[in-house]
Amino acid sequence: MDFSFTDEQSMLRDTVASYLSDNYTFDQRRAVVTKEPGWNPGVWKAFAEELGILGAPFSEELGGLGGGAIENMIVMEEFGKALVVEPYLGTVVIGGGFLKHSGHAQAADLIGKIIGGEAIFAFAYAEPKGRYNLAAVSTTAKKEGGSYVLNGHKAVVVGGPFATHFIVTARTAGGERDAQGVSVFIVPKNAPGVTTRDYPTVDGGRASEVILENVKVDAGALVGPESQAMPLIEKVVDEALAATCAEACGVLRKLHEGTLEYTKQRKQFGVPISSFQVLQHRMVDMFIQLEQSISMTYMATIKLGDDAERSKAASAAKVQIGKACKFVGQNAIQLHGGMGMTDEMAIGHYFKRATLIESAFGNTDHHLARYEFLSLGQAA
Amino acid sequence: MNLDFTPEENAFREEVRAFIAENYPADLRKAQESGQPLTKEQYLSWHKILAKKGWVAPSWPKELGGTGWTPTQKYIFSEELAKADTLGILPFGISMLAPVLYTFGTDEQKKKFLPGIYNGEVWWCQGYSEPGSGSDLASLKTRAERITGDDGKEYYLVNGQKTWTTLGQFADWGFFLVRTDQNAKPQSGISFLLIDMKTPGITVRPIITLEGGHEVNDVFLDNVKVPVENRVFHENQGWTCAKALLAHERSGIAGVARSKRNLQKLRQIAGTERSDAGGSLMGDAFFRRKVAELEIDLTALEFTELRTLAGESSGKGPGPESSILKIKGTEIQQRIQELALEAVGHYGAPFLRDIGHNAGIGPDDARGLAGEYFNGRKTSIYGGSNEIQRNIISKAVLGL
Ligand SMILES: Cc1cc2nc3c(=O)[nH]c(=O)nc-3n(C[C@H](O)[C@H](O)[C@H](O)COP(=O)(O)OP(=O)(O)OC[C@H]3O[C@@H](n4cnc5c(N)ncnc54)[C@H](O)[C@@H]3O)c2cc1C
Ligand SMILES: Cc1cc2nc3c(=O)[nH]c(=O)nc-3n(C[C@H](O)[C@H](O)[C@H](O)COP(=O)(O)OP(=O)(O)OC[C@H]3O[C@@H](n4cnc5c(N)ncnc54)[C@H](O)[C@@H]3O)c2cc1C
Repeated sequence: MDFSFTDEQSMLRDTVASYLSDNYTFDQRRAVVTKEPGWNPGVWKAFAEELGILGAPFSEELGGLGGGAIENMIVMEEFGKALVVEPYLGTVVIGGGFLKHSGHAQAADLIGKIIGGEAIFAFAYAEPKGRYNLAAVSTTAKKEGGSYVLNGHKAVVVGGPFATHFIVTARTAGGERDAQGVSVFIVPKNAPGVTTRDYPTVDGGRASEVILENVKVDAGALVGPESQAMPLIEKVVDEALAATCAEACGVLRKLHEGTLEYTKQRKQFGVPISSFQVLQHRMVDMFIQLEQSISMTYMATIKLGDDAERSKAASAAKVQIGKACKFVGQNAIQLHGGMGMTDEMAIGHYFKRATLIESAFGNTDHHLARYEFLSLGQAA
Repeated sequence: MNLDFTPEENAFREEVRAFIAENYPADLRKAQESGQPLTKEQYLSWHKILAKKGWVAPSWPKELGGTGWTPTQKYIFSEELAKADTLGILPFGISMLAPVLYTFGTDEQKKKFLPGIYNGEVWWCQGYSEPGSGSDLASLKTRAERITGDDGKEYYLVNGQKTWTTLGQFADWGFFLVRTDQNAKPQSGISFLLIDMKTPGITVRPIITLEGGHEVNDVFLDNVKVPVENRVFHENQGWTCAKALLAHERSGIAGVARSKRNLQKLRQIAGTERSDAGGSLMGDAFFRRKVAELEIDLTALEFTELRTLAGESSGKGPGPESSILKIKGTEIQQRIQELALEAVGHYGAPFLRDIGHNAGIGPDDARGLAGEYFNGRKTSIYGGSNEIQRNIISKAVLGL
């Protein structure tokens, strides 16, 4: 058994960490996220050109670094520590994931563009009444000759304002929540009929409502098999879940460390408040949550390649992460007292990110239910 | 033991309900629903209507404007206000300062200040906390030295900084704890001063909280001259006032009636939201169970509060048991906010405050829920943090 990183992986971590500590301090981030466009295209360019990390999980033939899920995990954890808003998840993990796993004709070309920083993806899957069910798709794609015509409303598309392309789930057959009949398309944002309403999210990110009105795309826009895309979608979302868990580990580390530091230095009743046993035990429990989260993130990441265990592992990790985000986040604020409530301190911003991670790609209840369902399948 | 309401009490409930229905300002209701910050006038409009009716301060002694209601009537009244989702009455004047004034103040002070509190003409803020003194309030450093003014009158010259002053940006007056004896033991060198916020030397600076709101402030006091007659109770014995006031602050914090109402709202939201399977979210077994558990906890709190009320009506003051109400009350409020945010799924994410009222992003119900959840973390911190409340119970009740 070995949980250590290769030299290349350690180098990747150091490169990302040192770039972020120079270019992505809390104040630098704040200056970017509080005004439009809400992200820093210069940073994206540096990710592509200086650091080369947009190629981290792609093979060397495609121009990448030859890594995979572990590289995504490393990058995402560092991003979590710095609260990075740039769309690595949507573009590299999700966009790249769909392209890699689908055998799409333009995969090589588009992945090249992702690595170069030119193509930026956002995943338009959720719908206003779909909650977390990936198959709750009422957006339609009708075949017309050699094309598809898409109509529908996609909700809270994270990173939508930054994207050049949307990955859209749409129904080519079946009823509202049928797993059968769902397809995936690449829709350029500038395609006629695509409109977006962009807005900030509570964690300092940006998202869009994406409306598709008679959007015509050619058959080449289809990713994966027509009407049979659910297994592909599940696979990519499991990868996104693992990556999000990794981001959460970064966020949780900062919440925990920040709280330790603060309570050691904050004095009340003539002593550092860290000397109160009740707070010590709370911070121990926060630490245990962090360690359990790291363990589950490793577990889920390692199992991404195992199609039999992948989904259960991803859901299990997300359950742990969801609980940890709530417990560690809420207590970090509590232990900071009034200071924790201020916009000025970083701690609240980590708490807000942790809160949105809790519900990203399904909240704790959703993944508990999914885990139960998958376990039942195994027992039968 | 008897939990039934008498016919008189039921009639009283009807009277209250009708009064609210007829008199609650429609524009205030609209402003509340918009999620936008309220103006000073909006904050005070319902207060003024209740004052005119004679109902703004049910807990005050009758001769000062109290209603003379029984504890049960007070309970019914607050329950009806909550059911109707009215704006709360700001506590600083009515329920925090006034009891200190009528218990410890001089006749002049009562005459001068109580009417303005009652009518909602004077907005009060609370100047207790300081950057270095939060939970350890008695360590406060703001100093007040006695001087004789050019007019020959006696003043305190106040210097220091207060913080977390809620809605201090609107305040006309504030009640402040200041140190008048540097050498005494922490609790014994403190005095309780009423300060006109327009006095030269006072600067109020906003603190923006994590959900983006401006509710709290820093208050800087730089050579602020306060007439000695604005001190309540004896010099160096302000801690007595401070403690009495905190007990009143806490008993209001349980918010059972409000939580009942908010739980109702939560049920409505979850009734319209869809579950993963496509039905109503309220039909989802996981979600429904959490709501049920919360409701049971709230029922327990309600009966704990009723027992406390019954105790008070038989002559016991609000004791350290009020800490139970503070702890459980705030935990329940926070869990309701948590579940409401959870109920709206993806639509908890949009930061609607920035894009305005008619943004039309997601269901109307989702608007502002994330902000409420983040802002709601304050309730387990202020009014004596929940950790401090547990310390109080362990010492004062359990004798540890
Ligand atoms: C079923 C069983 C089998 C056992 N087998 C063995 C055996 O084979 N050999 C052997 O030598 N012993 C054995 N023990 C003894 C065991 O190691 C002790 O019970 C244990 O060390 C706790 O000591 P105590 O029972 O005296 O509890 P105490 O030390 O009196 O503790 C009581 C409570 O106070 C808490 N507490 C104590 N100190 C602190 C502190 N500083 N801060 C916070 N909380 C504190 C404890 O956590 C506990 O909750 C066994 C005990 C049990 C119950
Ligand atoms: C939104 C908001 C509004 C407020 N409004 C007002 C106002 O209008 N006027 C006013 O005067 N004040 C106000 N306050 C201040 C409030 O009363 C203080 O925040 C509170 O007393 C806690 O103090 P602190 O923030 O300095 O936290 P600290 O005292 O630094 O506490 C930090 C953490 O340590 C814990 N802790 C501290 N001591 C102990 C101990 N002995 N044992 C165990 N745990 C301990 C606390 O519980 C907390 O979790 C407000 C605060 C907030 C957040």
